[in-house]
Amino acid sequence: MSIIRCPMTLLLLFNITNGLIVGAFYVLMALGLSLILNLSNTINFAHGGFLVIGGYIAYAITPYIGFWGALLIAPPLTAVIGLVVERVLIRPLYGRDPLYSLLLTFGLAFIIEDGTRFIFGPQGKPVTIPPFLAQPLSNDFFFITGYRLFMVAVVMIAVALLFVLLRYTRLGIRIRAGTLDLETVAALGINVQLLRSLNFAVGIFLAGLSGVLAAGQLGLEPTMGTGLLMPSFIAIIVGGIGSLPGTLLGGLLIGVASGLTAVFLPAASEAVIYVMMAVVLLMRPRGLLGEEGMMS
Amino acid sequence: MTTEQTRKLIVLAAIWAALIFAPYWMVPLGGYTALATRVLVLGLAAMSLNFLLGFTGVLSFGHAAYFGLGAYGAGLTLKFLAASTPLALLLGMLLGGVCGGLLGTLIVRRRGVYFAMVTIAFGQVFYYIAFQWSSLTGGDDGLRGFSRQPLDLGLFKIDILSSANYFYFFVLFCFALAVGAMGFILRSPFGRTMIAIRENERRSRFLGIPVERHIWIAFTLSCFFMGLAGALYALVNNFADPKGLHYSQSGDFVMMAVMGGMRSFWGPLLGATVFVVLQDYLSSVTVNWMSFVGLLFVLVVLFFPRGLLGFLQRSKA
Repeated sequence: MSIIRCPMTLLLLFNITNGLIVGAFYVLMALGLSLILNLSNTINFAHGGFLVIGGYIAYAITPYIGFWGALLIAPPLTAVIGLVVERVLIRPLYGRDPLYSLLLTFGLAFIIEDGTRFIFGPQGKPVTIPPFLAQPLSNDFFFITGYRLFMVAVVMIAVALLFVLLRYTRLGIRIRAGTLDLETVAALGINVQLLRSLNFAVGIFLAGLSGVLAAGQLGLEPTMGTGLLMPSFIAIIVGGIGSLPGTLLGGLLIGVASGLTAVFLPAASEAVIYVMMAVVLLMRPRGLLGEEGMMS
Repeated sequence: MTTEQTRKLIVLAAIWAALIFAPYWMVPLGGYTALATRVLVLGLAAMSLNFLLGFTGVLSFGHAAYFGLGAYGAGLTLKFLAASTPLALLLGMLLGGVCGGLLGTLIVRRRGVYFAMVTIAFGQVFYYIAFQWSSLTGGDDGLRGFSRQPLDLGLFKIDILSSANYFYFFVLFCFALAVGAMGFILRSPFGRTMIAIRENERRSRFLGIPVERHIWIAFTLSCFFMGLAGALYALVNNFADPKGLHYSQSGDFVMMAVMGGMRSFWGPLLGATVFVVLQDYLSSVTVNWMSFVGLLFVLVVLFFPRGLLGFLQRSKA
């Protein structure tokens, strides 16, 4: 056991664990962004804003129904808000240049950030998690708390369910078909508008879920979503645009890479993900698992 | 001369007259000369972006990076290299343009939203460099400790440091050079080709136009102009801010271009004027100005997608 107790090994394990957990957040965010990007050709700049909404909903309802209730209720509520936003603001823009939906969600992100600050104040808010989850599991590995394992488990379940949804359900098959060729899907008599709305809601559900999970780990701040947005973009680019397994891989890769860099060169831990992106774009422009021609 | 040409000439004369006399008519209206200078510089930035966005039709959402690079280039030159304003402007412009040209080679093959995504992500690289390398750039606090220098023209000196009006005219002179160059390029066969690519990329390709190379050239040129605007901005504030490199600044530039009218040459200047004056006013009356700016984005996109000039032209027709 001595090698495990050696400080360097512990430090490495600590940072890899951190990286995986951060990567799990990137994955949840990036999968939602990727779904919306693929089907609606919309870069959702407000995605981080929806994460914040999910977190603050959890914060507001935890005193009444507890953490478990919030975990169940907050993501669907966020998805409903997402549905309304899609229906009212984004749907009119589908036929236009992608520039417009980009600008709109960009403005929306401002409004959400400022709105939460106005309602809940600029200070961080804690969300209470069940006490048994807050304990470290062993003395050697102080950093592996029950909550962190729990978070990773929830992310894994959510990702697994998403892939089951996409693979085996009618909705999922339509979403995948629409990603490849929306015109044909429409010609087969499928309501594309509805499909896009549901797809948007699924993406926002994932953002809401990561908001609740992040609230339990880090506490809540109105700006917390913005910081996760850029790494999620990079996860998508590295993994390959158009490929959801790629996004999954990309998110975990950049999480672990920045975790490991934090051991040796803390200042570069954010820069390293940009370096990874540049290298991938140079060596393999379509991304790790992307299909030929998807990026252009 | 046709009536159309006469009309254009009158509009052009009116624009330049308004710009030249801005310090004299803005102050009585409740503005101040420094605000006019800022409008001019950010207007130049928005026009540089629109050179790419409106006339080549590719969506760059990371142009603030080259703006910020220009600012840091100028600031670092004045602080460490030489106390010369023209040299600072030149090196700032070069830094923005060269970095843009290099990254451009990685970017030009993408289109549409993917172009936007990659430009945003690469733009953030420079933000992180400025943010992290605090020994050189001052990090989060920004680069301080430099100031614009009086212009030495051999026979006489122009004090652009203490006289706000002289500085405005100096900025206007640089603005005129840059805008003249842009207009000249857009009228040239190359500029016509850019517009052809915007209108129908596939057809341009079939005609044998090397589309990627043209987009790269347009991107790089636009980064040079952007760098110049950034360098001027550093001189305006005697300060370079890492926020000037951030993608939210890029969003502001795109907004200025869209709000003024992307299809017209002067539209972005109008957009920048409205945007800067509005932001200046809002941030003085409310702490929630971010919400209002966000609301402005949403409203413009939903109701004035062609911008103010597009709206005027349409309602007249």
